[in-house]
Amino acid sequence: MKADRTVRIASGQGFWGDWLEAPVRQVQGGEIDYLVLDYLAEVTMSILQKQRSRDPAMGYARDFVTMIERILPDIADRGVRVISNAGGVNPRACAEAVRRAADAAGVGDRVRIALVVGDDLLPRLDELLAGGEPFTNMDTGRPLSDAREHVRAANAYLGMRPVVEALEAGANIVITGRVTDTGLTLGPLVHEFGWSHDDWDRIAAGTVAGHILECGAQSSGGNLLRDWRKVKRLEDVGFPIVEATADGAFTVTKHPGTGGVVNVASVTEQLVYEMGDPTMYITPDGVADFTSIRLDQTGRDRVRVSGITGGPRTDKLKVSVAWFYGYKAIGSLVYAWPEALDKAKAADKILRKRLKALGLEFEQVLTEYVGVNATHGRLAGDPDPDLAEVMLRIGVRARERAPVERFTREIAPLVLTGPPSVTGFAGGRPQVEEIVAYWPALVDRTLIEPFVTVEMV
Amino acid sequence: MATTTLQLRWLAHARSGDKGDAANVGLIALDPDFYDVLRREVTARRVARHFKGMVTAVERYELPNLRALNFMLHGALDGGGTLSLKTDAQGKVYSTALLRMEIEVPRKLARRAKELAS
Repeated sequence: MKADRTVRIASGQGFWGDWLEAPVRQVQGGEIDYLVLDYLAEVTMSILQKQRSRDPAMGYARDFVTMIERILPDIADRGVRVISNAGGVNPRACAEAVRRAADAAGVGDRVRIALVVGDDLLPRLDELLAGGEPFTNMDTGRPLSDAREHVRAANAYLGMRPVVEALEAGANIVITGRVTDTGLTLGPLVHEFGWSHDDWDRIAAGTVAGHILECGAQSSGGNLLRDWRKVKRLEDVGFPIVEATADGAFTVTKHPGTGGVVNVASVTEQLVYEMGDPTMYITPDGVADFTSIRLDQTGRDRVRVSGITGGPRTDKLKVSVAWFYGYKAIGSLVYAWPEALDKAKAADKILRKRLKALGLEFEQVLTEYVGVNATHGRLAGDPDPDLAEVMLRIGVRARERAPVERFTREIAPLVLTGPPSVTGFAGGRPQVEEIVAYWPALVDRTLIEPFVTVEMV
Repeated sequence: MATTTLQLRWLAHARSGDKGDAANVGLIALDPDFYDVLRREVTARRVARHFKGMVTAVERYELPNLRALNFMLHGALDGGGTLSLKTDAQGKVYSTALLRMEIEVPRKLARRAKELAS
């Protein structure tokens, strides 16, 4: 192993629903060693759990299998390795679907697939609660026993260790459930460079690399505020690639000829995204200090990241519990000039009186005027009195379904029974949505890690 | 020293996201020379006043290495995540809402900021 060897890790997906072409372009647009894809958000786990309860063969990101089919030749012939948490709440079913796809494409004997299990706590939840684990809500302080009957999914956040184990077993494709976004990138770095699991500065460096990759193009020109008009050809945006060396320093770049931009501004905006205390970016693998990061523009679309320090991992793992809370619905109507805002406000008053007269009880009724105050509230200042149009947007939330259901039938009647110059109701009645809320908790890692296993399929 | 008021949009760029019922806003100086004035003027207390009625508490962290400040805006998301009925339930545009804030800066610095933007 040469000391100055570079490992290239490419981001292929920033969330489930991101650009479908991105992972294929990352693999085919130049040399990379690893493709990492993040599919999971808190809310995603409960959606997948619901799909699995209807069909035991479901519960993972099916887009992932379709994508893998497109890049199988690159995996088999060029040795590109893929790491993803697309397994959701059913990594086994996901891995088996990928196995079938590889066999059908005639490359089955050259593709080794690993799956990671042990993050799903739903089958063990009652035993853990009975054993005295309270799963205290980190925001509210309530014990999970208060909401046990409503729990839809419960997953511990695993770090890079099972990813490393899978790569060491020779996997070309690693499919996990709730492994942290950053663990997907840190895993291959630890594997390639043989970093010690308690080399906290390098663990922190790989974690920062993972944070820069985890939201896809958000670090390579997408959603970039600084000089946004100067960001060229976003229709061909290149997703970010990290070129790392064994010392922990790395360069963020993208494939030549792609759109977007990698500069200090684009990387900095991603670094501060969803950040709390920058000196303590806590992951299952260690704690990174974002105030140690040094950024240098070293070339066109090249930013060098160095100097990163970190500290030891904690003895807890974060757990994300998804629990059924209630129902909500959001309705909207558009009012046109003249006096558009006044008309929208009058309609809101009428609707609220009708809801009250019906005796419907809501936890909250929220009215926003899109074009006036929906994004910045009162900070937007006094609206133009001559607005061309205003969208009235009303949301309601309740623990029971019935009042929300009835609300959805009170929007359309405003068209013929309310203020004039109204349109934009062609979409029909608003949908009643189930609210699955998120319950953050901590658990001792000793209760989880012995149950984490890697299997080859 | 002659001063003038200037909106943060001329001095910084920003990105925001959610953490439960809190939004975070990373405020990044557009020029290294602007960081000190941001650090001095954009205090947690003044940001709390800017967002009065919209957030319950504000914490500030400094990242001099990135010439950035990070603000945690607690209670900003009306319950947060899936509970929130807001258009901006994930706090994605609290970033530019902060850029509306006005601070007192030396006239010379204000001139430079406007030049940089043009």
